[in-house]
Amino acid sequence: MIKSVAIQNELDVNAIRRQFPVLSRKVKGKPLIYFDNAATAQKPQVVIDALVNYYTGYNANIHRGIHTLAEEATAAYEATRDAVTGFINASTREEVIFTRGTTEGINLVAYTWGRQNVKAGDEIIISTIEHHSNIVPWQILCEEKKAVLKVIPVSDSGELLMGEYEKLLNEKTKLVSIVHVSNALGTVNPVKQIIELAHKKGAVVFVDGAQSSVHLDIDVQDMDCDFFAFSSHKVYGPTGIGVLWGKKNLLETMPVFQGGGEMIKEVTFQGTIFNDLPYKYEAGTPNIADTIAFKAALDFVSEIGKEKIRKHEDELLAHATMQLEQIPGLTIIGRAKEKTSLVSFIVDKVHPQDLGILLDNRGIAVRTGHHCAQPCMIRFDIPGTVRASFAMYNTREEIDELITGLKKAIKTLS
Amino acid sequence: MSENKTIQETEKEIVEEFSLFDSWDDKYEYIIDLGKKLPPLENEFKKDENRVRGCQSTVWLVADHKNGKVFYKAESDAVIVKGLISLLIRVLSGHTPDEIINAKLDFIQQIGMTTHLAQTRSNGLLAMVKQMKNYALAYKIKSSTSA
Repeated sequence: MIKSVAIQNELDVNAIRRQFPVLSRKVKGKPLIYFDNAATAQKPQVVIDALVNYYTGYNANIHRGIHTLAEEATAAYEATRDAVTGFINASTREEVIFTRGTTEGINLVAYTWGRQNVKAGDEIIISTIEHHSNIVPWQILCEEKKAVLKVIPVSDSGELLMGEYEKLLNEKTKLVSIVHVSNALGTVNPVKQIIELAHKKGAVVFVDGAQSSVHLDIDVQDMDCDFFAFSSHKVYGPTGIGVLWGKKNLLETMPVFQGGGEMIKEVTFQGTIFNDLPYKYEAGTPNIADTIAFKAALDFVSEIGKEKIRKHEDELLAHATMQLEQIPGLTIIGRAKEKTSLVSFIVDKVHPQDLGILLDNRGIAVRTGHHCAQPCMIRFDIPGTVRASFAMYNTREEIDELITGLKKAIKTLS
Repeated sequence: MSENKTIQETEKEIVEEFSLFDSWDDKYEYIIDLGKKLPPLENEFKKDENRVRGCQSTVWLVADHKNGKVFYKAESDAVIVKGLISLLIRVLSGHTPDEIINAKLDFIQQIGMTTHLAQTRSNGLLAMVKQMKNYALAYKIKSSTSA
């Protein structure tokens, strides 16, 4: 009895692996070991089926049609909005805006809320460990508005220096845009504390959830952020679809982003009455198929349970960290106390790219380079790292293969 | 270098060498070995103007012109790229601008190294091939205007 309960609390990795068709393929004659999950996760059969079912069964444009196919497609599309509402615990579905991905969510806010609210001399705070997507839109805004971009420094372990953050905050701070989990280091930032401090100064907080939404429980109400964005494809869903969540009062008062169909109520040549939330920000025919399949991914994750997944991934991270530490000349970059299942490292006198090529040769997919976080690499004075990032379907045995492959590659290269 | 051989002959020779390897491991070990043996570029040449930017690794490339022929020297911070550079230099260096500009470099595909030329921004090799041809073109224009 007790035993079976214990088994239920463990993730059945083999059963999970069977649901991801790509995991049975070979690369360079070897079984694929996919450790590039922080870039994009693989897709379970249910997601692929949802895409195929839509195109084979009820492909139609949504919201306007009165025929059966349009009704079915609309219902499926809107069901995803409900699923997202639950996934991030939004208070209402109207706060869930579909975008192309996290990057578009950030740009949407920079171009609408930003242009409405940021003025000359105002300040925007980001951190050293941001992805370029959470740097460049604010840089463009600051340049245009003559505002100032401030950067929270990080410790050698890759954790934000919260004391320095507090010093940066002042009455001129209009926005704090912060990554929830660093894609380059795996650091989990103390977002609740960051948000609370920012709110005390009257600043709005944007949380980039591209890396966090797949690993951590997301509760936007409890977090109390003002905006949150994430991408479907990192949560085992299709590419090209993501979410911008915002507090209703902000979304209602912000200007529109793109004009077109869907986002309007009434158009005459004298003027246009814009649609209500969330459609106000969804101009044009949306990415219907991928949005529908996105729900299949969210349901898939929720059914297994994030807690179970997290426990499994934490074990993988601990195992990988311990094994990597034993390789002479290898340094792990990013030693934060709280991390998601990602490990970034460098090896003395060996270029990350060479390691990446030789690992690929053994069927092991890792990411090498600056991970679109060049300022973070500059902070650690390195050109780039090798990054192995783990998902629910990865195993300890795969990590052992990585270690064997790494040792062999280092030997060949030095 | 390959003074007596045409570009095509050197390419054929490399393809034959690679046909002896039956595993990817062996191919890469050979390329890494070539990379390690590539003479380092003098520090004076390692400046921004000679830098061919890739997303991950950096290549420095210089060219010289003697008796109507173009000669290259290059280096990279990544050893596999260095090995591939060594092959490119072996094929192209010591030929006339026209021969270099028209070289198809099919050997890269034939030895299975096309991925390194793919548009993944992963290294500077594609940019390097382009830069080698640009140097040849520049010498061609220079010599035709000064003649």
